[in-house]
Amino acid sequence: MKDLLTNISDSLQTGDYEDIAGLVQKALDSGLEPKSILNDGLLHGMSVIGKQFANHDVFLPDVLMAAKAMHAGLDVLKPLLSGEDTGIIGTVVIGTVKGDLHDIGKNLVSIMLHGAGFEIVDLGKDVPAETFVDAAIKHNASIIGLSALLTTTMPEMKKVIAMVHERGLSDKIRVIVGGAPVSETFATEIGADGYAHDAARAVTLVKQLAEVH
Amino acid sequence: MYRFLTQLAERRVLVADGAMGSLLFSMGLKQGDCPEALNLSNPEMLQRVASLYLEAGSDILQTNTFGGSPLKLEEYGLDNQTETINRAAVEAVRSVCGQRAFVSGSVGPSGRMLQPYGDTESGVVFDSFKRQAHALIESGADVICVETMTDIQEACLAVQAVRSCSADIPIMATMTFNETPRGFFTIMGVTIEQACVDLKKAGADVVGSNCGNGLKNMILIAYEFRRFTELPLIIQSNAGLPRTVDGKIVYDETPEYFEKNVRALIDAGVSIIGGCCGTTPEHVRGIGLGLKV
Repeated sequence: MKDLLTNISDSLQTGDYEDIAGLVQKALDSGLEPKSILNDGLLHGMSVIGKQFANHDVFLPDVLMAAKAMHAGLDVLKPLLSGEDTGIIGTVVIGTVKGDLHDIGKNLVSIMLHGAGFEIVDLGKDVPAETFVDAAIKHNASIIGLSALLTTTMPEMKKVIAMVHERGLSDKIRVIVGGAPVSETFATEIGADGYAHDAARAVTLVKQLAEVH
Repeated sequence: MYRFLTQLAERRVLVADGAMGSLLFSMGLKQGDCPEALNLSNPEMLQRVASLYLEAGSDILQTNTFGGSPLKLEEYGLDNQTETINRAAVEAVRSVCGQRAFVSGSVGPSGRMLQPYGDTESGVVFDSFKRQAHALIESGADVICVETMTDIQEACLAVQAVRSCSADIPIMATMTFNETPRGFFTIMGVTIEQACVDLKKAGADVVGSNCGNGLKNMILIAYEFRRFTELPLIIQSNAGLPRTVDGKIVYDETPEYFEKNVRALIDAGVSIIGGCCGTTPEHVRGIGLGLKV
């Protein structure tokens, strides 16, 4: 039994997106619980990849391949997971701020967060401040993740934080920031609830803020 | 043989230019607008940038075509104007420098992720680069600079696309590396050795690195390039990492700092020295002064 789950985790880590659906089906046929396949197979593999990525043992293409495999596996599992069992541990609204069209970093964080079991509402790039806040309310998200690659668009992050405060949502919604020119100091300066240097650390940060351990 | 390559073969060190975007923003480009749209709407602005760098001593002036591939222009609905946008950029620089500097046609990343990890077919990316390269070369660019690449597959497609337009146009190719505890890698996991081998095979005449987090690492990167290739090297460094002070973006590495470090880059075997994010015409002057020492 354990071997099947290990196989799934291993296939996910190597980005074997063509075979993983078959492996998940085999695990289901052998009587394994969907939730166990998700947690001990797919998510286990994703967390290994996440750690390797943080240590620079693997790089962006490996993470993207793992995410592709994750989706292929989830397609089989999703209809069988319901209610409490969906594995969703929180909702994050994410996007690249207004005026900025760079989305590789943001996409990577989305993938890793999704892999860690969060529901992601990806607003894309060039997103105005109010769209972030509106989406967070609509989807009942507890976290907004902001990305910027341009030094000139970083001030947009402050606008989103100000809007969360203006609407009296600061006890419900946490705003976190990231991107190449963003730093811990900048995050503190603009009153963000958190900053992460890379996608793997973003997952740790979101888990802390969402109080998931 | 192109005069550009002759000069490098004679071991002349050439000075490239510095940042383009920040100057354009200071002259009125708006956040979220397509920088390359200026090539048609405001070529005078491009001429001003070119003049500033020419006066500062640049031997190589880049065109405002970093996002001038049709795949990139498509994001603004401007892909059907690829030819005119790239042509206008070359002409604006040429009108300023004549033959006093080399016009370098900038080719930046496509913004797409290639299959299998992404969703874009390599043929689509190749065709996009080819269309841009063709327009730049037809308009009289002296050299093409494929720059800020992180994916070696995409970088090679770009170099091959340029080469397919012209058997002898000089091609420079730069990639952006990050420091990790295991050495320098691009975000896509490309090593300097791999960049040297694959870019040369694809047809690049000059290889090197741009952007990054400042000159200290660039000197180390240059030494590493020299270990793995005999090709002339180009380094275009950021002026350090951006910081915010009182809401303003600052870069810590000054023109004087650039001046002081030029010698180290030459010792590492670099032939073309310029700047990237955070650098100004003053940094280019600094490079020129450093060369005289």
